[in-house]
Amino acid sequence: MAAGSDQKKYKVIGTRPIRPDGADKVTGRAIYGADVQLSGLVHGKILRSPHAHAKIKSVDVSAALQAAGVLAVVTGADFPELKDKIAQLGEGAVNLAYLSGNLLARDKVLYKGHAVAAVAARTANQAEEALKKIRVEYEPLPAVTWVLDAMQDDAPLLHDDIHTDSMGNQSEKPSNISTHLHFETGDVGQGFKQADVVIEREFKTASVHQGYIEPHVATALWNTDGRLKIWTSTQGSFTARQQTAELLQIPVSQVTVVPCEIGGGFGGKISVYLEPVAALLSRKCGRPVKMTMTREACFEATGPTPGSYMRVKIGATKEGKIVAGEAYLAYDAGAYPGGMIGPGCMCVFSCYEFPNAVVDGYDVMLNKPKTQAYRAPGATHAALACETIIDELAEKLKLDPIEFRLMNAAQEGTRRVDGPVYPRVGLIECLEAAKASEHYQSSLKGPNRGRGVAAGFWFNIGLKSAATANVNADGCVTLLEGSTDIGGSRASIAMQLAETLGIAAEDVHPAVVDTDSVGYTDVTGGSRVTFATGMAVYQVGRKIRAQMMERAAELWEVDAASVSEADGVYSSGEHSLPFKELAVKLHEIGGPIVGSASVNPQGSSNGFGVQIADVEVDPETGKVSVLRYTVIQDAGQAIHPSYVEGQMQGGAVQGIGWALNEEYFYGDDGQMKNASFLDYRMPTALDVPMIETIIVEVPNPEHPFGVRGVGETPIVPPVAAMANAVYAATGVRMRDIPMSPPKLWKALAEKESS
Amino acid sequence: MTKKVQVSATVNGETVDFLCEPWQSLLDVLREELHLTGAKEGCNNGNCGACSVLLDGAPVNSCLVLAVEAEGAEITTVEGIAQNGQLHPLQQCFLEGAALQCGICTPGFLVTAKALLDQNPNPTEEQIRFELAGNLCRCTGYDKIIKAVLAAAKNLQEAN
Repeated sequence: MAAGSDQKKYKVIGTRPIRPDGADKVTGRAIYGADVQLSGLVHGKILRSPHAHAKIKSVDVSAALQAAGVLAVVTGADFPELKDKIAQLGEGAVNLAYLSGNLLARDKVLYKGHAVAAVAARTANQAEEALKKIRVEYEPLPAVTWVLDAMQDDAPLLHDDIHTDSMGNQSEKPSNISTHLHFETGDVGQGFKQADVVIEREFKTASVHQGYIEPHVATALWNTDGRLKIWTSTQGSFTARQQTAELLQIPVSQVTVVPCEIGGGFGGKISVYLEPVAALLSRKCGRPVKMTMTREACFEATGPTPGSYMRVKIGATKEGKIVAGEAYLAYDAGAYPGGMIGPGCMCVFSCYEFPNAVVDGYDVMLNKPKTQAYRAPGATHAALACETIIDELAEKLKLDPIEFRLMNAAQEGTRRVDGPVYPRVGLIECLEAAKASEHYQSSLKGPNRGRGVAAGFWFNIGLKSAATANVNADGCVTLLEGSTDIGGSRASIAMQLAETLGIAAEDVHPAVVDTDSVGYTDVTGGSRVTFATGMAVYQVGRKIRAQMMERAAELWEVDAASVSEADGVYSSGEHSLPFKELAVKLHEIGGPIVGSASVNPQGSSNGFGVQIADVEVDPETGKVSVLRYTVIQDAGQAIHPSYVEGQMQGGAVQGIGWALNEEYFYGDDGQMKNASFLDYRMPTALDVPMIETIIVEVPNPEHPFGVRGVGETPIVPPVAAMANAVYAATGVRMRDIPMSPPKLWKALAEKESS
Repeated sequence: MTKKVQVSATVNGETVDFLCEPWQSLLDVLREELHLTGAKEGCNNGNCGACSVLLDGAPVNSCLVLAVEAEGAEITTVEGIAQNGQLHPLQQCFLEGAALQCGICTPGFLVTAKALLDQNPNPTEEQIRFELAGNLCRCTGYDKIIKAVLAAAKNLQEAN
């Protein structure tokens, strides 16, 4: 259901065509990274650290080199030395020395699973056998895996050359705290003085994983002409190319990255892990080398989202107006600096008007894999803290939780604590839609049942996108794009070009092509593809339209200025032809018509959503069942509503898993104890109900069709919504996430005994 | 070194013979020897269902089946669901209902759902959720998958 939009405005946008890559994906023909086959292909495997923290005293690969089938071995020593060089990767920057150290450790291993060496052999089995022959001498060191422990002065230190950067000042001593961020608006002291009710709470969340079903995989061929070709499963072929080139210190143009179909990413397939290692192995053995991660390695050695500690305080007047907020956020970054604390700080108070607020954030290193983005990175944690307290305030003030949120909702002109002032945004519309929904209006009866709501915010970044379209002799259009398609973006991009040209969606044939075949395009992330690549194809369409008009003038021998176009029909005087028929004629009288465009929208747009959860808690076991769930979100303009709904539903269910079960469970030895899909418990079909959706459409003024990215916002509210629902069901406030059955059962027992 | 074993089986209606190591999984042989890469490896320990195939009509995680166990068996992979260039109603309903996003789990869901509908042409939502609980999907939240299976069941019943 779509609210607040004029569906008749568009012919293609808002319809639900079958996705262009659909047939391949339901017949098993789509080629994902692991499906790549090349002549002479050999297999690479990685030796990983058994310790959470240890010095590497020596690595001896001599016996492995002699093992059956072995063609090459590489260690960290094979990578060029990279001293603190920063590479801009569009969505964030990365220090190449740290990235290189993460790919193959040098003098220290910093987490269990940290890669130490790699082998290429004729078969995968031979490569695995050879790993056992590599002799690594370790000196184990004490490990730390909880963020507050890692911040202590006497904590095991991961890097002796990293000092805390606190707003430009460097700490004297090295520290596990890499960065201290501070944002402030208004006068918080004065603000809290105006408050009639102040609530301050602490929250903890465990590390969680993106849980993409396809493990990381890459195949590299370092050819005899010096060119490096990589087939990989990545969210950004150009950023994979750049990272690989920079790590190997070769020009980007020497590298071609071929993006295969990608089996989920959610932020976790932006950083490279295997590509440069496979490249080094291929350079050594002269054969194409394929490397596939195990599921265990995906958990232990890729990029989960941070574990966190948060302390948040919010004050409101008895009339229900928020007057001040204060947040202390400590997010773990994993083994290297640069976690998700920045967006966490920006998002914590982002849904409401806070006249006075202060936020302090800490980026903390510890002996876990380097954290990476996971769908709205950092925002879900912060929303748990803010939205739980908002819920408590509403209760204290005897206000309906949606009503209280409406009284304080961010809107056009609201200044976020980190500075930006919102343009037109759709939070109020989302809250209104939630309030009016049949779900919220329905009554929830029965013991141990409760309803929770929460709101959430995430950015839509712009960044660089390019596209090229060729008009074919039959009037159909081939579209080449660089945005890897994780969730149906071929459809949403092709539809925007079809709309611009006035042709049917089926007449645009999109292809995601390699880095030699289209202009530079940033990652599929930041809820940017339908927004920014959509802007690129809009420009492509306008350029094609302009050429078509000129050519029509030639064909009809009329003044170019007399040719006009409306709804894909070109006309001048008595002449009139629809796009397809005109294109067929033009093909005979001139060269091919091609349109290309490259865009780089700056700043960010804004996506808001609200979610409603009904749960039932089993007091005997602490198990939470989700009875009903509704996701409300401002999509600006839904291009393909089914895939917008899909993003909303998928994000919400990931968030439900985060709320209830998912966690990296660490032992005292710093080792993850549940690195499998059996023990790291993601939601199954049996764990969730149908996920209802309400698409709100408040057009984005920054986009020709009003698009707002929808990929990430849906994972922001669920943890808070579920915690609020569990409270409504049980009277227990869960502030230690996940609310797994043992934890909730214990909390219920404590409540019972008190 | 162990010797390779010769195995004869029927895969997607065709008789095939292959050589495999005694320790090789059926998934490995399907993908690497028979070049049927529709079944995917997501975990290699039977917890994600991306490698689901039908073994004599019953869904199995092919990563947990030894290839030698396939001797004499009838195997159906996702490549064998469409017949004569015509999509199975499940495939059609997955497309029409946008029941896939990244698509990596889709082959496993289609195969498992086919086994369900072959056994129970008119399943309830709860039965579908139960039968598909061994297949993980991280993109969709399952909603559109369940609806696609319900729609396919309806289409199949109307066609019969």
